[in-house]
Amino acid sequence: MSKELLRVTDLNIEFHDHLIPETVVFDFDLTMEQGEIVGLVGESGSGKSMSALAIAGLLSRKDMQKRGEILFEGVDLLTCERKALRQLQGNEIGMIFQEPMTSLNPVKKVGWQVEEALRIHTKLSKQERYERAVRMLSEVELDHPERIYHQYPHELSGGMRQRVMIAAAMICEPKLLIADEPTTALDVTIQAQIVELLKRMNRQKRTAVLFISHDLSLVRGLCRRVLVMQGGYVVESGLTDQIFENPGEDYTRRLIGAIPKVMRRG
Amino acid sequence: MAVNVNRKKNYNLILGGGLTGVIMLFILIGIFYTPYDPDAMNAADKFAGVSIRHLMGCDNFGRDVFSRVLEGSRTTWLVAAGTVFIGTFFGVILGALTGYYGGIVDEILMRVNDAVFAFPSILLALTFISISGSGRYQVVIALGIAFIPSFARIVRGEFIKCKNMDYVKNARLQGAGDFRIMFVHILPNTLTVLLSAVMIGFNNAVLAEAGMSFLGIGVQPPDASLGRMLAEAQSYLFRAPAYAVFPGVVIILMVLGFSLLGDGLKNE
Repeated sequence: MSKELLRVTDLNIEFHDHLIPETVVFDFDLTMEQGEIVGLVGESGSGKSMSALAIAGLLSRKDMQKRGEILFEGVDLLTCERKALRQLQGNEIGMIFQEPMTSLNPVKKVGWQVEEALRIHTKLSKQERYERAVRMLSEVELDHPERIYHQYPHELSGGMRQRVMIAAAMICEPKLLIADEPTTALDVTIQAQIVELLKRMNRQKRTAVLFISHDLSLVRGLCRRVLVMQGGYVVESGLTDQIFENPGEDYTRRLIGAIPKVMRRG
Repeated sequence: MAVNVNRKKNYNLILGGGLTGVIMLFILIGIFYTPYDPDAMNAADKFAGVSIRHLMGCDNFGRDVFSRVLEGSRTTWLVAAGTVFIGTFFGVILGALTGYYGGIVDEILMRVNDAVFAFPSILLALTFISISGSGRYQVVIALGIAFIPSFARIVRGEFIKCKNMDYVKNARLQGAGDFRIMFVHILPNTLTVLLSAVMIGFNNAVLAEAGMSFLGIGVQPPDASLGRMLAEAQSYLFRAPAYAVFPGVVIILMVLGFSLLGDGLKNE
């Protein structure tokens, strides 16, 4: 197979902002190859988002203790300097969030926000940035990208905003895109479109995607491999098809059982 | 079909803008032209009443009150603007740093802030003036320092509210540094609140300047300032009521205009 992109070993995340330390993620292990889509599923509070934030380097460095290693192309994100981390963020690692309503800055134009990573990581001129941003907006299948470039987030629908988020996260063509429940706040038809879009991005740009969701039916259609988390532990991991055919854990079985099925009445 | 939305007219904005506009116009005119030299005395016109020659009458030295009001409102306006500028500038920096980083620095700076805030601003300015000597620049600095805490507190509150928003997380994820996040991503989101704070602060500064000049520790004679003129006029309140009325009315209009403007902008 191709080159290893990300290796997380024995990641433990512990909160220290209360009197009693609280561990939310235990011994998290994950390896991702370049261009691979990996699913991370589990119920609310199972630690999937915390693991994702840790990989993105977004957890605060005080108030919590993290043990283990997160190697991104050989650089340990937990111990490297902040400057080195910032170099990776936006440039090599992108992330989209659950709530497209609040993840865009309400007082800045859409185009400005899509360009932000370029402004920070490259020395492109204003015109070049504009062209890249508009191209990116049309790549995420937004109609009239030139017009959307000049609009404010409140003028867009939830699905459009999530597309803008994807455009902003992908503009530097990162090697890893972390999608933290990107479809949860959207309705079903838009969900499918967003998943298709992520798939296409993955194919065209060879971006690895860590797809976090509690919706197993989406994960099944998208990911080759999947990790199942419960209560801070990875309880099961492997190829998606195998896990769906033959779940090893009772918890996984119940998660799969929770997928609604279309049944014909009568 | 075009939908005709019947929007209620924003009378505060119109009225406030109009008043402020008129006063600004007079201040601008006063820079280039006053009917008389504001400091020129003319014994013959001592306590002259309101007339065509002297629109607002004359004072105890026979100086034209209209010319002095033009010059005085300029002084008052500049002192107020300078005060608000200093207060906002340092208040924003302090509020941004303390609100964004939190922790021990926040605690210390905010307690200092509380201490400064606990003093009445005039008293604080008075202390400063008695150390540095009086004059319009000293007044600006003194009042400016006294105004920092209120701005710092407002900005800090907004930063605490905004720093945990997803778009800030997103900005950090794009690789933005702390200062970029603070002043490029968060600060624009605080502008609405900051703007009304500036408007209120400006009014307080106008009144504070007038108050200090009235007490004789602000602008020094023969320079005119609205508060200074009120102080001089009070001895002749019954002989020349116009001398006291006009500067007072201009202060009221200046403050009223800005209050209405601030209110109107908030509702826009």
